[in-house]
Amino acid sequence: MGLRQFVDKIKPTFSEGGKLGFLHSTFEGFETFLFVPNTTTSKGAHIRDCNDIKRVMIVVVLALIPAMLFGMYNLGYQAGIEGILPAFWFGFLKMLPMIIVSYVTGLAIEFAFAQKRKHEINEGFLVTGLLIPMVMPVSVPLWIVALSTAFAVIIGKEVFGGTGMNVFNPALLARAFAFFAYTPQMSGEAVWYADGATGATALEQLSTTGAMQWSALDAFIGLIPGSMGETSTLAILIGAAILLFTGVASWRIMLSVFVGGLAFGYLFDAVGLTEFPAYYHLLVGGFAFGAVFMATDPVTSAQTNTGKWIYGFMVGALAILIRVINPAYPEGMMLSILFMNALAPLIDYFVVERNIARRKKLIKNVK
Amino acid sequence: MSKNIKLCKGLDIKLVGKAEAKVENAPLAKSYAVSPLDYENVTPKLLVKVGDKVEAGTALFFDKNNPRILFTSPVSGVVSAINRGEKRKLLNVAIEPDQTQVAKELKVVDATKANRSEVVEMLLESGLWTRIVERPYGVIANPDATPKAIFVSAFDSAPLAPDYNFVLASEKVAVEAGLAVLARLTDGKVHLSARKGDEGYMSEVKGVEYHTFSGKHPVGNVGVQIHHIDRIAKGDIVWTVNIQDVALIGRFAMTGKLDMTKVIAVAGSEAQKPCYKRIISGATVESIVGKVGENVRVISGDVLTGTTTAVDGYISANANMLSLIPEGNVYELLGWAMPRFHRFSVSRAYFSWLCPKKEYKLDTNLNGGERPFVVTGLYENYLPMDVYVSYLLKACLVKDLDKMENLGIYELLPEDLALCEFVDPSKIEMQQILRDGINLMIKES
Repeated sequence: MGLRQFVDKIKPTFSEGGKLGFLHSTFEGFETFLFVPNTTTSKGAHIRDCNDIKRVMIVVVLALIPAMLFGMYNLGYQAGIEGILPAFWFGFLKMLPMIIVSYVTGLAIEFAFAQKRKHEINEGFLVTGLLIPMVMPVSVPLWIVALSTAFAVIIGKEVFGGTGMNVFNPALLARAFAFFAYTPQMSGEAVWYADGATGATALEQLSTTGAMQWSALDAFIGLIPGSMGETSTLAILIGAAILLFTGVASWRIMLSVFVGGLAFGYLFDAVGLTEFPAYYHLLVGGFAFGAVFMATDPVTSAQTNTGKWIYGFMVGALAILIRVINPAYPEGMMLSILFMNALAPLIDYFVVERNIARRKKLIKNVK
Repeated sequence: MSKNIKLCKGLDIKLVGKAEAKVENAPLAKSYAVSPLDYENVTPKLLVKVGDKVEAGTALFFDKNNPRILFTSPVSGVVSAINRGEKRKLLNVAIEPDQTQVAKELKVVDATKANRSEVVEMLLESGLWTRIVERPYGVIANPDATPKAIFVSAFDSAPLAPDYNFVLASEKVAVEAGLAVLARLTDGKVHLSARKGDEGYMSEVKGVEYHTFSGKHPVGNVGVQIHHIDRIAKGDIVWTVNIQDVALIGRFAMTGKLDMTKVIAVAGSEAQKPCYKRIISGATVESIVGKVGENVRVISGDVLTGTTTAVDGYISANANMLSLIPEGNVYELLGWAMPRFHRFSVSRAYFSWLCPKKEYKLDTNLNGGERPFVVTGLYENYLPMDVYVSYLLKACLVKDLDKMENLGIYELLPEDLALCEFVDPSKIEMQQILRDGINLMIKES
C-alpha cells in the first residue's frame, strides 16, 4: 500500500529524537486518523470490540449534520433569500468561517497540549469544534469565536487534564464565555441577522409578549431565527434518533430532560405565569439542541443510571425555571446545563453512596 | 431444587472455531511444567534441582508465604530445567516425563469420616490444594481458614469455552467424590451451579446446594454466581473450585494417586482441527496442537481472560482450553470510519447487530488507542452485579483502599471485568487495573 509506505518512511522524522520530533503527537494524531494502528492486546482480554472513541465521536458529528445543514438553509431563508440552494449557499458562506475558526483554534491548542503532555490526541474536539459555531449567534465576530474556543479548551478542559476530565461541557462554556464577556454582540434583540434584517427571536417574543409571530409548526421545522444549530427541532430529532439508535447518547438523560421541561412548562402554565402551551418551550430557543447534544455529553453529565434520570429532569426543569422566572435572560438552557454539570458529581455521589450502603448492610446481615 | 436465576446483562461473543465434540488423546509431551506464575501472590521456594527424579505427586516447590502449600509434579520423570526470568524470578520447573508413568503413593482418607484437618492435609500433600481459589482476592486458599461456603460452577460461558457436560461425561463418580471432599472443608454449604437446560448429571449430585442459571456470559463466572447466591461481604471468605479440578480431587481421593489427566478444548479460528484433547496438566502446547501457523496467538485459557503462551510454551495449570486466534498486527486504512462488516461490535455504530448469529474471526488488534474514561453506563450492562465499574476502577487507580473496599473489590476478580474490557471504546486495561488494586489490598492487609 503506497500510502502506508509513505507514512512509514516519514515516521522516523517525527519520532522522538527525529528532526521534527517535537511534532510527535501531531504526527501520531494524523497517522491514527489515517490508519487504525497495528497495536495488539498485551494484557487482559485478547480480543477487543472494534468500537473506539474515534467512532463514537464521528457518530456524534454525523448526528449534528442534519441540524447543521438545515441551519445553513435557514440562515438564508431568514435573510429573505428565495430558493433552497441560494439560501443554503448564503448560510454556508456565513457559517464556514466560524466552523473553520473554531476547529483551527481548538485543534491547535489540543495538539499543543497533547505534545506537551506526550499523550495521544483526543477526538473529543471533533464534536466540540462543530458544536461551538452551532450555538453561537451568526453575527458574532470571528475573533470572539476564536477567543471563546480558546477559553473553553484551555480553562474548560485542559486545565482539568483534557478530554474525559472536564467538569463543564466545553462548547457550552465557550458560549457562556462569549455571552458574559461580550454581551452586546451576543444577545439583545438585534443580534441575529448579519445583514441589516434584525428582529427578536421566537424565545424573546414569548418571554416579553407571551406569543410569537411564528406557528408552532414553523418552530418545529425550524424556520425561525436563532443560532445555526438550534432552530430546527425536526433536524435535531433526526440527530437524536442517530444518537439513541447507536447508543452513543443516554436515552435516560434525553428523555428526562424533555420530561423535566414539559413538567415545569405545564406547572407554570397552570399557575398562570405563562400564557402559551408548555410544549412551545421545547420548540423554541436551544432547548431541544441542549437536551440532545449538550446535556447528554457523557463526561460532564451524571454517570450512574439513577443519576442520569435526576440530572436530566433537573436540566429540563431548571431551563424552564430560568426562562420563566428570570427576567434577565430569555434563554435558560445554557445556564441550566452548566449548573447541572457542576452538580452531576454530587448526584452521582449520593447514588454511589447508596450502593455502598447496600454493601455495608450485607455485613450486618451476617452478624 | 432452588429457583432458576436468570441474568439479563452480558454478552455471548460468537467466534469461529468451536471445538468439535470428539476427544483425541494427545501424545506424551517432551516436557511438562509447573509454574508459580499460574497463581497469584506465590513466592516459590524450590524443593528439587535439575536432574532429580520425581513421581507424579512429588513436591517441586512450596509457597514461602505459606509453606504448607505444595506444588507437585503432574508426571513422573526427571527435572530437566528450572527456568528463571529477570532477577532470577522462577518461571517454571520443567520435567521430562518417563515413558511409563508412576504416581507417588500418597495417604488418602475417607472424606466422609475423617477429620477436617486430615482432609486438608491430604489435599495439601497432593498439590491439589492449589486448585482451591479463595475470595476475596483470587489467591490459593489459606489452609488455616474455614470458608463460609464453597462455590463450584459446572459450566463456562466464555467464548469457545469447553462444554463440561461433555468433558466430564464419564467422570460422574469422580465429580461426586470431589464434591464430597469439598463438603468436608466448610461448615457452610457447597453450592453447585449449572446452566439451565444443559444440566447433564449435575442435578443428580447429592450433598450440594444446587442452582441453575440462565443468561449470557459472564453467567458461568463463579464470581457472578456468588453475587446472586450469597454475596461476599467484608470479612467473608469463600472458596471456589473449577469443576474439572473437582473431578481431579475426586479421582485422587478415590485412588490415592495423583492423576492430572484432563480433557481440554482446542478452539479458535486458527486451530487446524478444533476438538477436545486428553492431556496431562502442564503439557507443552506443541504436544497438544502440533504445528501452529505464522502470526497466530496461542492463548492458555479463553480469549477474554487467558494468558499468552507460545507453541514452545506450556498450557497453564488452570486452563481448560487453548485458544488460537490470528494476531492483529496490521494497519487498517481509515478503519474507524469504515463499515467493517467483518468485525464485531456491541455498538450499533457498526453493523454486527444486523447478523446476531454470525460467527466472527476476531484478531488481537486493540482496535483503537487508549483514552481516558469517556463513555458511561456501558460497562454496567456487561457485568450482572451491583457494582459501579468505573468508580471501582478509579478507586484502584488512585489507590484508595477504603473506596476500593466500599465499591466492591472483594466481590470481583479480573475475569469478571473481562467483558467490560472487551466492549470499552476507551481501551482501558481493566483487568490489570483491578489486579493491581487487589494486590495492593493484599499488601496492605
